[in-house]
Amino acid sequence: MTRKQQRITMIAGGLGLLAAAAGLILYSISDTLVFFYTPSEVAEKSVGPGIRFRLGGLVEKGSLVRGQGTRITFTVTDTDKTLPVTYEGILPDLFREDQSVVAEGKLNAGGVFEADTVLAKHDENYMPREVADALKKKGVWREGEKPEGSVQ
Amino acid sequence: MIGEIGHFALILALASALYQFVMPLLGAWKGDQAVMRSATWAAGAQFLLLVIAFSALTWSYVTSDFSVANVFENSHSAKPMLYKITGVWGNHEGSMVLWVLILSAFGAAVGLFGSNLPLSLKARVLAVQGAIGAAFLFFILLTSNPFLRLDPPPVEGNGLNPILQDPALAFHPPFLYAGYVGLSVAFAFAVAALIEGRVDAAWARWVRPWTLAAWMFLTIGVAMGSWWAYYELGWGGFWFWDPVENASFMPWLVATALLHSAIVVERRNALKIWTILLAILAFSLSLVGAFLVRSGVLTSVHAFAVDPARGIFILGILTLFIGGALALFAWRAPALKQGGLFAPVSREGALVVNNLLLAAGAAAVFIGTLYPLALEAITGAKISVGAPYFNMTFGPLMLPLLILVPAGPLLSWKRADAWGVAQRLWVAAVLALAAAVLILVVTRRGPWLAPFGIALGVWLIAGSLTELAERTKFMRGPLVHAWARLKGLPRSSFGMTLAHLGLGVSVIGMVTLTAWRYEQITVMKPGGEVEIAGITVSFLGESPRTGPNFTADTGRFGVRVGDKEVTTLVSEKRIFQPSRQPTTEVGIHPFLTGDLYVVMGDSAPDGGRTVRIYFNPLAPLIWIGAVIMFLGGALSLSDRRFRVGAPRLARRGIAQAAE
Repeated sequence: MTRKQQRITMIAGGLGLLAAAAGLILYSISDTLVFFYTPSEVAEKSVGPGIRFRLGGLVEKGSLVRGQGTRITFTVTDTDKTLPVTYEGILPDLFREDQSVVAEGKLNAGGVFEADTVLAKHDENYMPREVADALKKKGVWREGEKPEGSVQ
Repeated sequence: MIGEIGHFALILALASALYQFVMPLLGAWKGDQAVMRSATWAAGAQFLLLVIAFSALTWSYVTSDFSVANVFENSHSAKPMLYKITGVWGNHEGSMVLWVLILSAFGAAVGLFGSNLPLSLKARVLAVQGAIGAAFLFFILLTSNPFLRLDPPPVEGNGLNPILQDPALAFHPPFLYAGYVGLSVAFAFAVAALIEGRVDAAWARWVRPWTLAAWMFLTIGVAMGSWWAYYELGWGGFWFWDPVENASFMPWLVATALLHSAIVVERRNALKIWTILLAILAFSLSLVGAFLVRSGVLTSVHAFAVDPARGIFILGILTLFIGGALALFAWRAPALKQGGLFAPVSREGALVVNNLLLAAGAAAVFIGTLYPLALEAITGAKISVGAPYFNMTFGPLMLPLLILVPAGPLLSWKRADAWGVAQRLWVAAVLALAAAVLILVVTRRGPWLAPFGIALGVWLIAGSLTELAERTKFMRGPLVHAWARLKGLPRSSFGMTLAHLGLGVSVIGMVTLTAWRYEQITVMKPGGEVEIAGITVSFLGESPRTGPNFTADTGRFGVRVGDKEVTTLVSEKRIFQPSRQPTTEVGIHPFLTGDLYVVMGDSAPDGGRTVRIYFNPLAPLIWIGAVIMFLGGALSLSDRRFRVGAPRLARRGIAQAAE
């Protein structure tokens, strides 16, 4: 095999693999990406049931109810609109009422958000950036200020 | 006083880094040997000064000197001593000091062990190291000085984030940094080679040990992070495709590719341009990781203090080094001479496929990690790319790679006989298939792909051993001869076998944990029992406890198999002082067949606790495999052929013998 043929084989092989990888990436990303919405955006965009998304906002004060067994329900609010959420399992350590939360799941037919994952903050001083931005947009929370009712 | 000494040492270290950057380059350009030699002294001086700075900061932490703002913000006098020390790098400023300390240690090591590198190459390598050091020292002094004082000094500190107060996490950053920063040596060698305009087998021989060392540290660092996530976060998973995990995983993938392509440069003098590019990319991805983690563009436990100025500064460093290196690459690489020819089916060909797949895998991870950031910056839409994306892209890309691993070492250089290699691997193939069939018959649950995952792991292990058996002609003559051949093999060859075998062990652990985990979430009252995977777990009750800097509710769980009491597991809900931050401690009992994993959750309204119990079959194999890979690397590194400058010493030995 000459140098030229060798190079052509390698380049062709490389490009073929690259094309396959690029196709795989494009296909997967459009298929698996998950949007982040606040309750107001859920209402505005009229997100239908069965579509996976991330819901962010504050856990409404007094809304946390521990039901049968390990079932938990609470309400997520962006102080404008609210959305009821149900979740089965153990909440993260830093999950509190009046604190920020991000939940991932789908709306059911009754308009209740069925979460399979609930994420809370990693420490007290810090709010998920998506939530902070969304609340800032609503004018509820400003930079450098802790959200109302924060522990400390 | 101690703090001021540290601050002053940092400034002097910057001065010596600047000297190390500028003077050796000038010396190499003018051909001034004395100036080139001074690079080694500058590297040593920079290292010593940073040891002083780091010690000063550690001293401030150990003595809880809260007049130092950094100590006040991140430490507390009631913290256990271990976490006072590890708290030094549990925050942004301190971790940057550790970063430059390790960087300078690598620089000093190049100076010390590189005594038989060509003088101009060594000078240029150290100059690039000096430039990186200077950039980060500027960054520390201008935006993240850990020695700033508070007046008046506060009485008590704020404490360290409790979830960082953990032994595995305490040592995860030093290992990871040693890996990230170790790749700077390969980067410096690549840039120096581009300046010199020469890449040859000797160059590859010098680069390989450094890359291998960095790769070993990265392997352990990534594994420690994953192990920590497994037992500390309470979700029972080992990898979450969190952007910060990805930030450490991308350099690992590229470093793995570099490790393999450097072999081709050393043995066959081919793939030079590609290897140089990989060396640049590996360290570039380390810098990208640092940027992602430090700039606050990601939300994560690692995003310490979010400060836009720091993000922009790191972005500047990033652009300067990556852009500069790639520009130099574009300018000089075409001048590099092409090396040996090879057929597509050959050892070189296999290593090219290895590199393409690893690079494509790294690219898939890169896009999944950065696409959400890019999309938000451009359109404002907030999205997240989660595990499903990575499973769909990374999985299919790694599958052919893993299948080909056992074949690679059996192929001969230049031109290989594919059919002959396939014949030699039949034992491994039969073993793998047998494992799949056995698992399929025994388990009868879990996804249908899982038995093939196990087969893949067995294939990797058996295939790696096949190579060893081939080289010793095992079973093809008296065992004594095979033993003699085994003893005669170079250590690097055992190292490779071990590393590939470790990969197989990890794959088996990942597959069993993912496919056959048992999970149960229930409310348990004291006296209640739950059965999982043939193990009976009973809730014995809870009691309050006071630790050094926390109070806890301690839940105790009895573990029984049949009628036999095995152990009592403890899971705690802790509230740390002074932040009042809660954490959960998981109770884990390792059975031979896997981990029993118990997490005590919140109190239920009608008494009792929500409890999450997992049985994670063979989970420890994931990290045991990583340790085996590390040991394989260590064994290779101890090989004489791998030592920097070994060829020269051998020649001198021969010369002396001839006299």
